[in-house]
Amino acid sequence: MRFLTFLLAWAVKAAAIVLTIVVLNFCLIRLAPGDVATVLAGESGAADPEFLARTRAEFGLDKPLAAQLLTYVGNVLTLDLGVSYRTRRPVADMVLERLPATLMLTGAAFVFALLVGPALGVLAAIRARRPADTAITVLALLFYAMPIFWVGLILILVFSVTLGWLPPFGMRSIIPPVGDVARALDVPRHLVLPTLTLGLFYVAIYARLTRGAMLETAGLDFVKTARAKGLPEWRVVGAHVFRCAMLPIITFAGLQAGHLVGGAIVAETVFAWPGIGRLAFDALLQRDYNLLLAVFLASAVAVVLINFATDLLLRIADPRIGAGR
Amino acid sequence: MTAILRLEDLAIGLPPGADRSHAVAGLSLEIAPDEVVCLVGESGSGKSLTAHAVMGLLPKGLPVSGRIHFEGRDVLTLPERERRRLRGARMAMIFQEPMAALHPIMRIGDQIAEVFRFHGRPDRGGTRVLDLLESVGLPDPPLIRRARPFELSGGQRQRAMIAMALALDPVLLIADEPTTALDVTTQAQILALLRTIRARRAMAMLLITHDIGVVAEMADRVAVMHEGRLVESGPAEAVLGRPAHAYTRRLLAAVPRLAPRPHRGEALGETVLSADRIAKRYATRGGVLRPRRVVQAVADASFALRRGETLGIVGESGSGKSTLARILVRLLGADAGTVRLAGVEGNLLALGGRRLKPVRRRIQMVFQDPFASLNPRRKVHQIVAQGLLAHGVDPGTARQRVDELLRLVGLDPAAAERFPNEFSGGQRQRIGIARALALEPEVLVADEPVSALDVSIQAQVLALLAEIRDELALAMLFITHDLRVAAQLCDRVAVMRRGEIVEIGATADVLFAPRHEYTRLLLASVPGRARFDGA
Repeated sequence: MRFLTFLLAWAVKAAAIVLTIVVLNFCLIRLAPGDVATVLAGESGAADPEFLARTRAEFGLDKPLAAQLLTYVGNVLTLDLGVSYRTRRPVADMVLERLPATLMLTGAAFVFALLVGPALGVLAAIRARRPADTAITVLALLFYAMPIFWVGLILILVFSVTLGWLPPFGMRSIIPPVGDVARALDVPRHLVLPTLTLGLFYVAIYARLTRGAMLETAGLDFVKTARAKGLPEWRVVGAHVFRCAMLPIITFAGLQAGHLVGGAIVAETVFAWPGIGRLAFDALLQRDYNLLLAVFLASAVAVVLINFATDLLLRIADPRIGAGR
Repeated sequence: MTAILRLEDLAIGLPPGADRSHAVAGLSLEIAPDEVVCLVGESGSGKSLTAHAVMGLLPKGLPVSGRIHFEGRDVLTLPERERRRLRGARMAMIFQEPMAALHPIMRIGDQIAEVFRFHGRPDRGGTRVLDLLESVGLPDPPLIRRARPFELSGGQRQRAMIAMALALDPVLLIADEPTTALDVTTQAQILALLRTIRARRAMAMLLITHDIGVVAEMADRVAVMHEGRLVESGPAEAVLGRPAHAYTRRLLAAVPRLAPRPHRGEALGETVLSADRIAKRYATRGGVLRPRRVVQAVADASFALRRGETLGIVGESGSGKSTLARILVRLLGADAGTVRLAGVEGNLLALGGRRLKPVRRRIQMVFQDPFASLNPRRKVHQIVAQGLLAHGVDPGTARQRVDELLRLVGLDPAAAERFPNEFSGGQRQRIGIARALALEPEVLVADEPVSALDVSIQAQVLALLAEIRDELALAMLFITHDLRVAAQLCDRVAVMRRGEIVEIGATADVLFAPRHEYTRLLLASVPGRARFDGA
């Protein structure tokens, strides 16, 4: 019963947030100069005022902004996200079509970062101020500071161009490879470099975060108690220090998970990965408002849902939160 | 009987750059089985580090020399693996702040079971954990076993901590200030528990404390440390009764005696401040999941304060004494009540803006924490002069006044040019007092001003407050949890419990002929009364 009220209260809040985001997105997007009519006209080379007016009338862009907003919000509430101005296909289909590719990439990067980052952070904390710590800290700083697209280009240069180990772009080979094993490994092989590119940035953040949290926790009194109880060092570090240092990591993992849908634009562009990020990028260039708004909406819904999951997870990991202390 | 623990010429070095080369030097000490030895000293005396050295819990990098014989072996020569086997099994330790010393999110039962498990004696049925919880007097052991530290009270946490330490029947229990963070009534219960345990088991106890009352209550033998050296040790009766070393004598003389002081009724002036039925409640904001919680912090508190008089407000944590102080200096609004200040028309609590400002300077406050209550980025003269400047005194005059004030509180005026971090706790509290006196207040509200200080420094600050009070005919509201301090300084005492003043009257009456049951309980809880005050 308590959980049900909690769920209900959350659902109301979440709906309000998503609706606000829909309205804000709609308004923000109209701040950019130009619209789909000018883009279409530019491409076809026929820029006469009549064509522009006709195109705008067709998409309802000639009505006052407030009226457009009302129509749009009304449509969204009935789960009708509209059609793309360019392809005339329902944008919901286009987004859903691209979603798996993006989730595969961001999901892989998420798991990679969560496995490697905290492990490096723990190692650095155990070896604090010794060579291993210095190496990890320097590397983490490096990957944190380097722009993602730059890391991506370097990885392509080294592993695709120079060594020829991995494909540099796309999700599948244009000519399907021969043999079952090779065919099964085709997508995973394409996945490696974009995952590393996106993941290393987060690895760096997790490593630094974990190291800091571990060192801070290690100085607390209850860790001394654990030693005074005669626990072996691995137990002290694992069950006492790490278990408490884990809490900020979960919080940050929630933030990263919020980017699962919308956070890979740069990596997808560098590696020509057919995901939502590139869809959004193209839609932006072409002023395909409906499509862009649909991507934004999908991303917003993901953030809200994952925030909720993180909240629940934190409550489980740290019972003090639910108790209101 | 042979000693269970024997320290020989123990020395613990400090990293270069510290204020002395050794934290502990030339320390030799013996503890017999069944014996309670109290290691006494002020902060920085090395008593805690000594205990950590015995346990093998010193921070890495501190050089240790000498010998620590425990059950016949020199533990300093043992490999870490062997020492780990001793910790928690043959020797155990409990700490000052049980909330910090327990794993914040692990269940109490799991924390105790860990001790069994990692010493190769897993508690499969969980019965030994339950027995332990029962043996330290915790109610409903099955429930406590599943609880987490934040769900227990301070006293329950320390009991759980003790249960954990006793899990494998250690022959030596080291208790590092085990009751310092607890309220006085809880402290009395925990000390009683430690005494019971000791009577029931064959166990030696090394009790580290700065509180002479606790020593008088618990010790068979006393060892006094000062600046890393053992200055005196011997049977408790001898050390407390006929201290041989000058430092021990100073230390004992600094402890306030729980003895009635003459009431100075005639010497006091007219009433300067009177409070009538002050009330304040705190409420947490309710949410979907949380019910609204309301706490009556102060309920119908009434009292009067005369010129030159000190009224002590005593009570345990959460009794509302600090809330009351903050209401009087208008740092906090009250829900109801009237405060009248001589010469001011109307209710002080209802004054606003322009009418409040001139009144504010007449009531000033001294805070508990001498470290947190001074802005670390301002020089002393800026801190002290701030109030003067805010009330329109010109900078030249203010500066002169700062020098006078610093002299008044026993500091060199040259101190004005320095920053707070260059001063010790006692000196900082003097600066805080100078700041409060800058505006020549008639009423001084002091909220636990000596609680964070060592006993010798505490004695100096108390003497300073008494001197200033008499010199300036200050009315002082003195808030403290320490009945000894209240007895020494206050003309009258008000006892607060859960927001209510349960008893108020002359110190000699309230503390030495208490009428209220709670006052009697508080008094009975003051450690060391029998031995130390002859009560």
